[in-house]
Amino acid sequence: MTYTDRELMVIAAAREIGDGELIFVGMRLPLLAFALAKRTHAPRALGLFENGVVRESPAPETPFTMSDPPNIAGALWSTTTGNIMALLQQGLVDMGFIGGAEVDRYGNLNTSYIGDWRRPKVKLPGSGGGGDIASLAKRFVIIMPQEKHRFRERVDYITSPGHGDGRDWRRKVGLRGGGPSALITTLGVFRFHPDTKEAHLASFHPGQSVESVRAQTGWDLKVAADVGPTPEATHAELEIVRSCDPQGFWTR
Amino acid sequence: MPTNQNCQGASANCVVGGTRSIVRAVSKLTSLRDAIARFVPDGASVCLGTGLEAVIPFAAGHEIIRQGKRDLTLIGPISDMLFDQLIGAGCCRKVVAAWVGNVIAGLGHNYRRAAERGVPHPIEVEDHSNFTLALGLLAGSLGAPYIPTRSLLGTGILESNRSLKLATDPWSGEPVVLVPAIVPDVSIVHVQRSDAEGNCHLWGTLGVSREAALAARAVIVIAEEIRPREQILADPNLVLVPSLKVAAVVHEPWGALPSPCQGFYGRDHDFFMRYHEESRSVEGFRAWLDKWVLGVPDWKGFLDLLGTETLERLRVREHRPSEPLDYGAG
Repeated sequence: MTYTDRELMVIAAAREIGDGELIFVGMRLPLLAFALAKRTHAPRALGLFENGVVRESPAPETPFTMSDPPNIAGALWSTTTGNIMALLQQGLVDMGFIGGAEVDRYGNLNTSYIGDWRRPKVKLPGSGGGGDIASLAKRFVIIMPQEKHRFRERVDYITSPGHGDGRDWRRKVGLRGGGPSALITTLGVFRFHPDTKEAHLASFHPGQSVESVRAQTGWDLKVAADVGPTPEATHAELEIVRSCDPQGFWTR
Repeated sequence: MPTNQNCQGASANCVVGGTRSIVRAVSKLTSLRDAIARFVPDGASVCLGTGLEAVIPFAAGHEIIRQGKRDLTLIGPISDMLFDQLIGAGCCRKVVAAWVGNVIAGLGHNYRRAAERGVPHPIEVEDHSNFTLALGLLAGSLGAPYIPTRSLLGTGILESNRSLKLATDPWSGEPVVLVPAIVPDVSIVHVQRSDAEGNCHLWGTLGVSREAALAARAVIVIAEEIRPREQILADPNLVLVPSLKVAAVVHEPWGALPSPCQGFYGRDHDFFMRYHEESRSVEGFRAWLDKWVLGVPDWKGFLDLLGTETLERLRVREHRPSEPLDYGAG
């Protein structure tokens, strides 16, 4: 069964969700990942949305945005943005998903400015809740397409803090959350070294190799000792993803 | 409610249950045109889009553009297309927001042109996250000068937004970020129903609507329905903000389109996608603006252009009423 790299990203993201965990879901691919995890290995996971929604089951039809009426009907709780962020700041949220325009070797994300922020070459939309999830969740997972110019030695601007310049940077600046635990791209999955906190390639997707991932990485790529292929998407996983995105708006 | 009825139609001090309180039982119903003309002066700070991707007051935004308002400070957590339109139309001097763009399509082309090239004119950007924006409004609503948070430590946001201050928690000695109060001159909130005074009910996605309404110096309520006062006050827990904060009430059905309004209509995704394509160039955006905003006299004109077929497609058909509450007291 053939599938797109975005479908595999959704499936890899779903596998990061533990059963019973409190997950800050957000939009786009993570919305599909949450739906998939709920229907497979994590039926007791809860989904949080920054518009104020907590769900124990995915909306019956996948919404285009978290505030679409089907995502509110049948919610466990529909409250204020502040109350959802309060759960995050209390340290109750196990994991959140974030995307970005640029990422660096320590998992710092830029969604604000390309170039100097005082005279930006590109003005990106901004943090949304990304900066908050990255600061406060116990861990977070980055999902983004991999292109060399977006995988930079250093990002121009830290919108969502990863591991800063490595090691115990997060502790030094006072961040309570654990930082990024995985970076899922169109080419592979990276994990962060327990000591240096640098991203190491953990697996490459079908059709890719360490070399092809290296070619699209803008820093001197480190590779995990046990690097290997990303587990293939299963028939069952693909069926669920496709049933959640029947028109392929997000995954085709 | 005999006491309240005695006050109906007059702005007066009334004695309610033996306690002296101010009841402004005067109708604030007005046209959208008059509400914007009176309460959104040039240079005002305006909070709108408080329900994130839902109940975005597009009708009010389009009227602001038609009236050629200038030098506005736009405040909101995220803005799904509306700020991009106001920036492209030249209404905006400063943006105080966590995210500006088009949620399902990507970047905001007008936002980019203004921030990168000063087209149609330069704008100042005050970067927030959704949490710090919500905390700023919460501080405003509390009448507090600031609120501390542990979010955004170590980020560029603390550099580019100088209003956020890095400080030390005097108790623990740990670093914290101080978010100053945000007090909009006016918050524009779209709700399902309101009475003529501005006692209103909002449900579904709340976002920062309550904090924004409480923090603002004045509130413009845009409502799908105007209901009798006793119907609204039958559920006082659901009242968004005391009507004493409300300056104007506008009856504008479908006024949040193409964003959704719980229980009334869904989101018109195609409209957002088309806008993203059509606003790629300045000329394309001007044509879009001429057609959808400047080329129509009012919101009714926008809805006519959109067409009854689209409205019928978006109208909620499967209703899910909640259980009525019992406020019995005797």
